[in-house]
Amino acid sequence: MLNFLARRLVTMLLTALCLTFIVFALTNLHPNLEKLAKQQASVRMSDAQVTSWLASHGYARPLVQRYGEWLGVVPGWTGKDAEGRPTGRCLSHYEGIKGATIPRYCGILQGDWGYSTVFREGVGGFLATRLAATGWLMLWVLIVMIPTSLVMGVLAGMREGSRLDRTLSVASIASTSTPEYVSGVVLIVLFGSSFTGLSLLFKQWGLISGGVILKGNATSAMSHITFDNFALPVATISIYGVGYIARMTRASMTEVMTAQYIRTARLKGVKFRNIVLRHALRNALIAPFTVIMLQIPWLLNGVVVTETLFSYKGFGWTLVQAASNNDIELLMGCSVVAVIVVLLTQLISDIGYVYLNPRIRIS
Amino acid sequence: MDNLTWPQIFLAMGERFWPVWVALALTFALSITFKRRLGLYGKLFDSPIAMIGFALVMFWVFAAIFAPLIMTHAPLDQLPGMRNASPGKALRDPQGSYPYYLLGGDTLARDVFSRMVAGSVVVIQIAPLATIFAYMVGITLGLPAGYYGGRFDTALSFVANLILAFPVILLFYLLVTPQIVQSGLPQYMAAVLFLFPILFLGVLVNSRFYVKPRFRNIAIALIVVLGGWLYLSTLSQPGTPFHLLPRALDLFNIPGNTMIVFVSVVFVNSPTVFRIVRGLTFDIKSRDYVAAAQTRGEGPWYIMLWEILPNARGPLIVDFCLRIGYTTILLGVLGFFGLGLSPESPDWGSTINAGSRLLAIYPIPALAPALALMSLVLGLNLLADGLREESLKD
Repeated sequence: MLNFLARRLVTMLLTALCLTFIVFALTNLHPNLEKLAKQQASVRMSDAQVTSWLASHGYARPLVQRYGEWLGVVPGWTGKDAEGRPTGRCLSHYEGIKGATIPRYCGILQGDWGYSTVFREGVGGFLATRLAATGWLMLWVLIVMIPTSLVMGVLAGMREGSRLDRTLSVASIASTSTPEYVSGVVLIVLFGSSFTGLSLLFKQWGLISGGVILKGNATSAMSHITFDNFALPVATISIYGVGYIARMTRASMTEVMTAQYIRTARLKGVKFRNIVLRHALRNALIAPFTVIMLQIPWLLNGVVVTETLFSYKGFGWTLVQAASNNDIELLMGCSVVAVIVVLLTQLISDIGYVYLNPRIRIS
Repeated sequence: MDNLTWPQIFLAMGERFWPVWVALALTFALSITFKRRLGLYGKLFDSPIAMIGFALVMFWVFAAIFAPLIMTHAPLDQLPGMRNASPGKALRDPQGSYPYYLLGGDTLARDVFSRMVAGSVVVIQIAPLATIFAYMVGITLGLPAGYYGGRFDTALSFVANLILAFPVILLFYLLVTPQIVQSGLPQYMAAVLFLFPILFLGVLVNSRFYVKPRFRNIAIALIVVLGGWLYLSTLSQPGTPFHLLPRALDLFNIPGNTMIVFVSVVFVNSPTVFRIVRGLTFDIKSRDYVAAAQTRGEGPWYIMLWEILPNARGPLIVDFCLRIGYTTILLGVLGFFGLGLSPESPDWGSTINAGSRLLAIYPIPALAPALALMSLVLGLNLLADGLREESLKD
């Protein structure tokens, strides 16, 4: 087990390094840097000015060296500006602070995530608030999605081929064919618009006092989450995810239900209810656990679409802003978070699988 | 002229789709008559779910084929007074063109119905083809990885997992930004990815027909010449470093945007296909018929392509259907974030994005493409489910 864990961890680290390096290389291509220089200094810079700006801000050195600095394993660059004042990668955060000791290394490993050129804020702090917002969204999505999908899968899988099974299977196929930007649009039209859909109908019947049943905009959920402003985004992400987990649970459940020990229990005269709840359920839930863990990185994609659609300023929104505004260090921060989430969920699902499955655990 | 009411709108839309209904009726009539002779395809018509799925998919395929007949207006025409028009609104001055905007107009006074139909053309052109390319890449790399195992497998699996660990949207943002496009990276990727189909076909023919050198030589020459020509004219773009062919020989020019979208979708899909093919190969290579082929002294590529691959077809066909649906969703994501295709493009993702800004007031411009996309993906998923059930029955 320890050997397995160690090997997984090494692969994970290697993957993380490769991924961040690729993102670093792609975000630090020359056209990106040129755009950055023009954003930071002046739009009407000549090519020579751009080159000198890049040189004086430490962007002219080899890519690998800059990656090392960003990571924090190579000392940050230092230099002098036109007036002879010292400049450097690690210096910029200490401007105006007298007597501060300037560290030699300042990268991700030292906890220095860099500076967002668009939001004029440190990336670390900025990402933390955005991640907290997305954390709430994810939490509610998981709270809604997991029980729904497990119940759907177990109900469908306990009697394979029954009418209930067919209905639920079609429902879960429909759910997997509804990406977030479709379900979001449909939900907003149905519930979140005072001009069309159910809201208009309900208002005419006098069932609701306000204009809409649920809010089609989740900006207010940043400060306080209510059912009103959070139901639609949570539903939007959940709808796409439920179907897949339900189908995996169903497959696992049907397999368990044909096992010998279930037949023995039936022949013994155990009630069907008890067979499902006591004998089948626990074994049937091993596979869905892995699926749910691996689904979390997928939720990340859903989060990006949903946050954009409902203008909820979380992690997904930040990623879109960083990517479309050429905010290099913020985008790097976002990808580090994304990569960590992906790799951690993979690790947890592996460990969980080994832990939950007695056949693997004992051998 | 009066505006249309909702029942009239549906009738009029049904009427516009007449070529699709005729084609669907013909397809179904022929297929059901001869279903016993059509193998797996024929078996689809035993399962109602698969039939519904197939009907939905073919509806959009035929809609794309007959799009010029179905569209009431050109997808970029902006007519006076039709800005955010409500569905069924009559034109002010038809002048011989179709007198209504069946599903209303969008913010730029274009016909929502026609744009929805035009969007199906984009999806039906890109999604299946991109999936086929992803399959070619996945199969060509996955078979040897599963068959040989060892270092080759470890290295390829590591790369595949690397790509899979990227959140798709981040990858799209990295690949499709104007800066990356300027650097020519997508074209280099295209140069590598588009080589795989030629490689695949070449190896496929060679491994089986090397015993009949004359036939083999002709076939390989055909594949290399025709495939190479297609390959070069796909890549060749006047005005870029990839100006490979003189204009006279250049068969077609794919717009740069479409190419990038295509490449990134293939790139995202290939690692998953690779993993599936590798897993299946791993499983099948211990079967007796593989051992028999090895004893006969068949070459490794013959065994992989003519013994293992045909026996992996069941799961692969099912996944192929699912994957076209997934690719459709990915194309929608790209459009939704305004990546790749031009903003005027009528593809469903872009129109949903454009329509979502005024969603609460004018829902139809976003709702129509959203439901269209959903119905196509639903059709593909139902079809895949039907295929899975029917292939399990054997």
